[in-house]
Amino acid sequence: MTTPMVEVRGAHKMFGDLHVLRGVDLTVAPGEVCVVLGPSGSGKSTLLRCLNELEVLTGGSVRIDGELLGYREDAHGTLHRLHPTAIAQQRSRIGMVFQRFHLFPHMTALENVMEAQVQVLKRSKAAARAKAVELLDRVGLSDRMHHYPAQLSGGQQQRVAIARALAMDPEIMLFDEPTSALDPELVGEVLAVMKDLAAGGMTMVVVTHEIGFAREVADHVVFMDEGVVVEEGAPSAVIDAPAEERTRDFLSHVL
Amino acid sequence: MSDTAHDPVPNRIHARPVPRPGRWIAAAIVVVLAAMAVHGLVTNPKFRWDIVWAYLRDVTVIRGVGWTLLLTFGSMVIGVVLAVILAIMRRSDNPVLRSVSWFYIWFFRGTPIYTQLVFWGLISVLYPTLSLGIPFGPEFVTFQTDVVITAFWAALLGLGLNEAAYLAEIVRAGLGSVDKGQEEAARALGMKERTILRRIVIPQAMRVIVPPTGNETISMLKTTSLVLAVPFTLDLTYATNAIGNRLFEPIPLLIVSAFWYLLITSVLMVGQSYLERYYGRGTGSERPRRGGPRRPRFGRQAAIKASGTAKDDPFLEVTP
Ligand SMILES: Nc1ncnc2c1ncn2[C@@H]1O[C@H](COP(=O)(O)OP(=O)(O)O)[C@@H](O)[C@H]1O
Ligand SMILES: [Mg+2]
Repeated sequence: MTTPMVEVRGAHKMFGDLHVLRGVDLTVAPGEVCVVLGPSGSGKSTLLRCLNELEVLTGGSVRIDGELLGYREDAHGTLHRLHPTAIAQQRSRIGMVFQRFHLFPHMTALENVMEAQVQVLKRSKAAARAKAVELLDRVGLSDRMHHYPAQLSGGQQQRVAIARALAMDPEIMLFDEPTSALDPELVGEVLAVMKDLAAGGMTMVVVTHEIGFAREVADHVVFMDEGVVVEEGAPSAVIDAPAEERTRDFLSHVL
Repeated sequence: MSDTAHDPVPNRIHARPVPRPGRWIAAAIVVVLAAMAVHGLVTNPKFRWDIVWAYLRDVTVIRGVGWTLLLTFGSMVIGVVLAVILAIMRRSDNPVLRSVSWFYIWFFRGTPIYTQLVFWGLISVLYPTLSLGIPFGPEFVTFQTDVVITAFWAALLGLGLNEAAYLAEIVRAGLGSVDKGQEEAARALGMKERTILRRIVIPQAMRVIVPPTGNETISMLKTTSLVLAVPFTLDLTYATNAIGNRLFEPIPLLIVSAFWYLLITSVLMVGQSYLERYYGRGTGSERPRRGGPRRPRFGRQAAIKASGTAKDDPFLEVTP
């Protein structure tokens, strides 16, 4: 069997006394699209943020492509926290797209896509620009390269954000409700880019309420509630023939 | 009247404006008062405009302008550098750094600038020698204090260290104004904390930092007139006062100094507006919006209140 791209084992996360993740296991194979469903507050964002160390797990482990995230394990099994620079290096291989885009407002679309290539990957300006131009073209924004985020629609901003993450040549892309902040008529253009990415073989973990997208694109659907995985499997099973009462209840509200 | 056949609005409203006689009366009164003021300025022989004109270009006065500018910009540079350090310390996880920064701001804002300047002038009396070394341990290098800290340096340090306390709060308010999502997005891209601060947070914070810092610079220009407390005696105010006293004509020399302060302030205001436009890029303010709503200015008072080092009282005024 090949090494899973994502392997979460017994993930627990506490915010003070609030127990948000209560033992989550998740395995995502390379090239797989995993859609995470669940009611608001069930811990989906927290799980996603633990996959790139934006939150630190209280218990359990995350491996990305076999590599333990955030720690080095010595021969005795003792964990040593990695230096922030090493953690930053791990993060640079994991792309993340946020609900609220978080583009850098003082930079144009092109500069947004170039920035981390130059600062983190130490690419030359010319190489970064060439890559940024190519990616902005791929997300259909070649005519908006010199616009500032404030001059772009939400759908355009989110596509720039996707291009910005792709510019780092990530091994995996994480999406946290990428279309939830968009006007309904703009959702399609972002989903189209994501479908295109999935078709290109990108490993993706997507938190979304777009059941249609999940049914069409996902290889693997996970339903979370109250910090645990309630049910998972193929979309035809979880979405169309859910075994659990909680899953049925949730789907009846979003469908 | 325009050709109604080509008007895209067929039923354009042509109404008479509300009559506003009050406006005309108020304007007339103000114009008359202003004319009286100008008349009083020009015709009153005690203003001695001949002396004003002669001393506007006097060598001592021009040198005074030079020293005043040097003190203003020098102390602002010291202030900005220290302020950024203090603001970053204040955000740090390290409680020692946080407390030191808090204490610095508390101390330098809590005592009058005049007192601080006198103190810096007396530093060579307090500490005749300065040495670099380990506290209570060996000393490596020793200086004569009055050789290293001349009146000019005492004035510059006094102004700069005081200003840093105010600017630190402005910088801190600026850093705090940047959306947390910006840091997260940068972190998710693998940027290091230092890079995030330098490339993402500080450029966005500048939009909030620049306007009040410009105001502080203009304020500093005038605060430099207090350096006689050190005493430093070459700046514009001291120079013009000295000439005025020598001639027994204080008033024309006050006008000379006021003229120069106003001129420099005006130049600074132009520079400030260019800087604001530069750091406002990406927010839509690069497109000139005539008569549009202006961004609220983050003043010294707002920054001080945000700092949590002053009492939470909306009517509290804190000045240097
Ligand atoms: N930084 C945080 N500090 C404290 N509580 C948090 C934090 N982030 C999330 N939570 C809490 O954790 C729970 C799960 O949140 P989240 O993962 O965002 O859920 P979801 O994305 O499924 O809606 C919520 O109750 C939320 O209030
Ligand atoms: Mg969420």
